[in-house]
Amino acid sequence: MLVEAGSGHSAGPLGLADVFTALYFSVMRHDHQIPDWTGRDRLVLSCGHNCPVLYATLAESGYFPKDELKTLRKFGTRLHGHPHNLALPGIENSSGPLAQGASQAVGMALAFRMDSLKSRVYLVMSDGEQNEGQIWEAVMLAGKEKLHNLTAIIDRNNIQIDGFTEDVMPLEGLRAKYEAFNWHVLEVDGHNIPAIINAYKEAEAIYEKPTVIIAHTIPGKGVDYMEGKFEWHGKPPSKEEADLALKELRTLRGQIRSEHE
Amino acid sequence: MLNPTQKLNPKIGQADIEQVPSRNGFGEGLLHLGEHDKNVVALTGDLAESTRILEFAKKYPERFIECGVAEQNMMGVAAGLALAGKTPFVASYATFSPGRSWDQLRVSVAYSKANVKVAGHHTGLSVGPDGATHQALEDIAIVRTLPNITVVVPCDTIEARKATIALGGTAGPAYLRLGREKTPVITTEDSPFSVGKASVLKEGSDVAIIGAGPILYSALQAALELEKQGLNVLVINNHTIKPIDVETIVWAAKMTGAVVTVEEHQKMGGVGSAIAEVLAQNHPIPIEMVGMPDSFGESGDPVQLLKKFGMDTEAIKEAIKKVLTRKN
Repeated sequence: MLVEAGSGHSAGPLGLADVFTALYFSVMRHDHQIPDWTGRDRLVLSCGHNCPVLYATLAESGYFPKDELKTLRKFGTRLHGHPHNLALPGIENSSGPLAQGASQAVGMALAFRMDSLKSRVYLVMSDGEQNEGQIWEAVMLAGKEKLHNLTAIIDRNNIQIDGFTEDVMPLEGLRAKYEAFNWHVLEVDGHNIPAIINAYKEAEAIYEKPTVIIAHTIPGKGVDYMEGKFEWHGKPPSKEEADLALKELRTLRGQIRSEHE
Repeated sequence: MLNPTQKLNPKIGQADIEQVPSRNGFGEGLLHLGEHDKNVVALTGDLAESTRILEFAKKYPERFIECGVAEQNMMGVAAGLALAGKTPFVASYATFSPGRSWDQLRVSVAYSKANVKVAGHHTGLSVGPDGATHQALEDIAIVRTLPNITVVVPCDTIEARKATIALGGTAGPAYLRLGREKTPVITTEDSPFSVGKASVLKEGSDVAIIGAGPILYSALQAALELEKQGLNVLVINNHTIKPIDVETIVWAAKMTGAVVTVEEHQKMGGVGSAIAEVLAQNHPIPIEMVGMPDSFGESGDPVQLLKKFGMDTEAIKEAIKKVLTRKN
C-alpha cells in the first residue's frame, strides 16, 4: 500500500496491527455486509494518520476488495491519506487533526447510553496525540459521565514525528494521569493478541468508569530496520525496503517459509 | 413603506417597540424542538443560563450535557452524538465556539456532514461592556468558508425561534448567530420565514440596503427617515448567509442600481462580503459596506460603540448618500 502511495505512515500502522486484529476478528460486533447496522460497535480511530492499518483490516474483514488497498492516497481513491467517514464503508469518523476522535467517541458513547443501546465504542489513540489539550477535555468528560461503554486504547510506541515522546513532551506517568481522571487503566503487551482480547473483556466488565488500555507496542513491529525508529513515523518504504519488510513479516524473520517466496 | 406581505411589527419606528434579545428566541425554539423530537440534545460549556439553554436542561436533563469550559471537546462530542443519530445543539459565546472550536467544526462536523447545530451567542459589538475579547465580529467569516454548513443570522427573537426550529428539522451542519442585548422585535408570528430565502422588509427603487441581524432595525429607521426626504430605499433581510439567496440579491441590485450592506461584523468576510461576491459575479453595481472597519472593539455602552465604529442609523444614512454619488 505505502510503496504504491509513495507517502504515508509506516511505523504506527505496523505497531497497531495486532490490536486491530484483536478488535476486528474477536472483540467487536460488526458485520461487513451491513456497515450501517445500528447495533454495531464503533471503532473510532483518533490518530487518523494510522489509517493504513484500519484500511487493511477493513479489507481483510470484507468491507471492500483488497485490490483497492493499492489506491491509497491516489487520485479518485476512497482511501484518503486521512480517513473520511463518508468515503468508505466501515469508517465511522473523519480524523487527521489529532484528538478529534476522542471527543467523538465520548459523544457516541453518550448517545448509546441515552438510547439504552448495547453498542460499545472502541477508541484508538496514539501516544503523541496525548499532547493535545482536547484529549484531556474529552477524558475529563468521559470520567465525569462514567462512560463504561467506552474503551480507549493508547498505542504506547514512544515515538512521534520529532523524536521520542519523552523528549518531545513527556507523558509519564500516563497511568496515574488517567486514574486521576476517573478511568480504569490496564496495561498490555500490544503484540500479545490473547492479552489484548482479555483486556477488552475486562474493560467490558467494568461498570463504574471508562477504561483505557495502554498497549505497549513496538513501532514498525516485525520489520528489523523500522522497529523503534521515530524516523519511520511519517514515511513509506522504497520498493526494495518494502520487499525486505514483507519477506521478514511473512517468514517471521526467517523462522518459517513463506508461500509468497 | 413597509412591505405588507411581511406582516412586520406595526410599532416599527415608534419609541415603545418591544425589545427582546434574539437569544431568547433560540431558547424557546430549542424547547419546542425538545418537546417534538426526542433526538434533540443540548450541550453547553458552563453557559446554560446566558445561552438560554437552561430551560431545556431543566425540562430534559437526560438530553442535556454540561461539558464544562471545554469548547473544543464540546464540538467533537456533538459530532459524535450526531454520528450516532442525535440532533445536538451546541451553545456558547461565538468567540469561544466556533471561535476556539473551529478546527473541530471543520473536520468533525462540516467535513463529516455531522448533523450539529452551533448556536453562537453574544455576537457583534453590542455585547458592550465585556469588551473586545467577548465581541464576536469574525464568526460569520470563519464559518461561511466551510463547505456543507448553513449559516443563519436572525434579525430578532421571533426570527431566531423560527430559525432554530427550521434548522433543527433539517439534516446537516448549521450555524445560528445570536445577540445578547435587547433589540427591537421587527417581525411577528405571521411573518414568513424560510431558510435560504431573503425577505423584502421595505419596498423601494432608489437604493437597496441588504443585511442581516438586529442591525436591520437601524436600516429600517434610516430608510424611513430618508423616505421623508423623497428617497425610496429597498430593505432586504438576508438572514441566510449560506446558502445565499442569489436570486433576491440580484433582483434588488437590478431594481435599484446601488447597494448598502449592513452587519454587526467585520466588513471583511462577513455578510457584506458574501453579497459583494454575489453581485460582482452576477450584476456588478456600486456597493458601500456598513460594518466593523477592520478593528477590535472595546468596552462601553452598545449605542456609543455602534456610533463610534460606524454601525448606527446615521452611518447607514451616510453610506446611502455615498453610494448614490457612485450610482450611474
